[in-house]
Amino acid sequence: MMTLHVNGADRQVDAERDTPLLYVLRNNLALNAAKFGCALGQCGACTVLLDGQPIFSCIVPISVLESRRITTLEGLGSAQNPGPMQRAFIEEQAAQCGFCIPGMMLRAQALLNANKNPTEADIRKQLQPNLCRCGTHMRIIRAVKRAAQLMKTAAATDSDRT
Amino acid sequence: MRLLTVLIVVAVAGVAAFWVWAMRPPVPPEPSRTTVFDRALIARGAELAAIGNCNVCHTRQDGAPYAGGRPIVTPFGTVHATNITPDLETGIGGWSQSAFSRAMREGVSRDGHHLYPAFPYDHMTKMREEDIRAVYAFIMTRKPVRAAAPANLLVFPFNIRLLVAGWKLLFLDRGPLAPDSSKDAQWNEGAYLVEGLGHCGACHTPRNALGAERRDQSYAGGESEGWTAPALNAASPAAVPWNKDSLYAYLRYGGDSLHGTAAGPMAEVAKNLADVPESDLRAIAAYVSAVAGTPSAARTAEATKTIARAKKDVISDRSSSQPTRGEEIYAGACAQCHGEAGREPAVTALNLALTSTLRMPWPDNVVRIIREGIHSPNGGVGPIMPGFGAVLTEEQIRDLVAYLRAHFTDRPPWDDIGAAVRRSTTPETDQKVDKRS
Repeated sequence: MMTLHVNGADRQVDAERDTPLLYVLRNNLALNAAKFGCALGQCGACTVLLDGQPIFSCIVPISVLESRRITTLEGLGSAQNPGPMQRAFIEEQAAQCGFCIPGMMLRAQALLNANKNPTEADIRKQLQPNLCRCGTHMRIIRAVKRAAQLMKTAAATDSDRT
Repeated sequence: MRLLTVLIVVAVAGVAAFWVWAMRPPVPPEPSRTTVFDRALIARGAELAAIGNCNVCHTRQDGAPYAGGRPIVTPFGTVHATNITPDLETGIGGWSQSAFSRAMREGVSRDGHHLYPAFPYDHMTKMREEDIRAVYAFIMTRKPVRAAAPANLLVFPFNIRLLVAGWKLLFLDRGPLAPDSSKDAQWNEGAYLVEGLGHCGACHTPRNALGAERRDQSYAGGESEGWTAPALNAASPAAVPWNKDSLYAYLRYGGDSLHGTAAGPMAEVAKNLADVPESDLRAIAAYVSAVAGTPSAARTAEATKTIARAKKDVISDRSSSQPTRGEEIYAGACAQCHGEAGREPAVTALNLALTSTLRMPWPDNVVRIIREGIHSPNGGVGPIMPGFGAVLTEEQIRDLVAYLRAHFTDRPPWDDIGAAVRRSTTPETDQKVDKRS
């Protein structure tokens, strides 16, 4: 048994210590947003955040993750209550088949956490490791720009309230 | 009292004589160039500039090619590579052919100041005049870029440029390189390119306390930008001894199947060598394989065993039911691609028994590769090794590296892997700086 800290909660998992995080997320914790793509850290479909940094969960054994903070797409919002990144992707209709999108959103989230006003060049550079076979890249870039706007508006509204 | 006076007079005269001897006159600038360069000369200059890796140092990150500004960190402080585009004010646009040749041969700038040996003129001095002319033609036909290099940040007394004249007196052997008639033409051409323009020894030869290459230890292994530049001579850490063909493949394609992919500063070198003429690269490979020498029978036998191990599909060699932490990390993070530890590799990444990186005297390179990953050979598209810098803690990297060294090599454990991890995370900085230089 191992304890993983996922989306703000401690989760007990019963798995071999060298099991990749992706398998544990999907098979043990029913967090199915992260996708199994290449299993070799080449495509980015499995991207999640570890202590805020994007990682390929398909090549990270859970043995190294004790007391680390894991964020999956489920941690950014739900279908009923999507977070700003998810809303932006819906509003820009940035998904075609959608397989790469959770990874795209998390890697973009890591960028916006560090840089509230990224340029298009920053976004392109950040998302470079993640592949999309459908060719929705231009929409993805627009969605990330929109997410940056939404987050700023949300932050402004929050500060108006206080 | 008289003795003191004599001593003072001698000292003053000595300093004055050194000053007179060390001074170099400016070469008059050429503000309006009308030279028309021959197209073939420019093309040859491009190939030679690639062999010389001029662009690597003379281009800063995301900067315009040859416009300089890249910081070169030395034990004496930071030197910024200069702008060598033909911009009149900030580049070398006003440099005549003779000013350029003097810089290459003697390490003296057009205006007469001594250049720091971060610019490897101790190698360039061996070049033939016609090759210097070709490089000049290539450089002078690049797009001029206005970009002043930042000031150097060197510790006293190294910020006094005139002292470089003393360094040259001690360590600069002016060229050209004398051919060795006992060797064939290809070896001689290789020696010319490797010892001269290619300046391989600048990284692969250890340096003395004054930053000069130790001639008694040519190609015994050096350092570059925090990476170990492995020995190229008989002390080469390669699991499978290099030969002409494997060296050629490695330099041409950025990797070969029995040694792996070029990483760190060597990746940039291989990228430059991707397009140089085959005859030049074959000559370089021939000379470097001669530097390595013929491997002993024992070494060849060991290499044969290592290749056999690497070819085997080792999928059931978990050490025990209770794996070490390092093995556990290897099994979960590395084995998908590199094989072993109970997993069948899904792709044919290098079996790590073959990599020189694990057989080097220091763990810096393997630590950096684990943290930063390896990009596609020659900067192209294709599979990469992802970096694990955001995944593994210092302790986990230590465990993994200790396991790799023990499992894949028969070499003694590395002493202080943790220090190498910390070195790889601390940006090289300058402590004492002086803006005058």
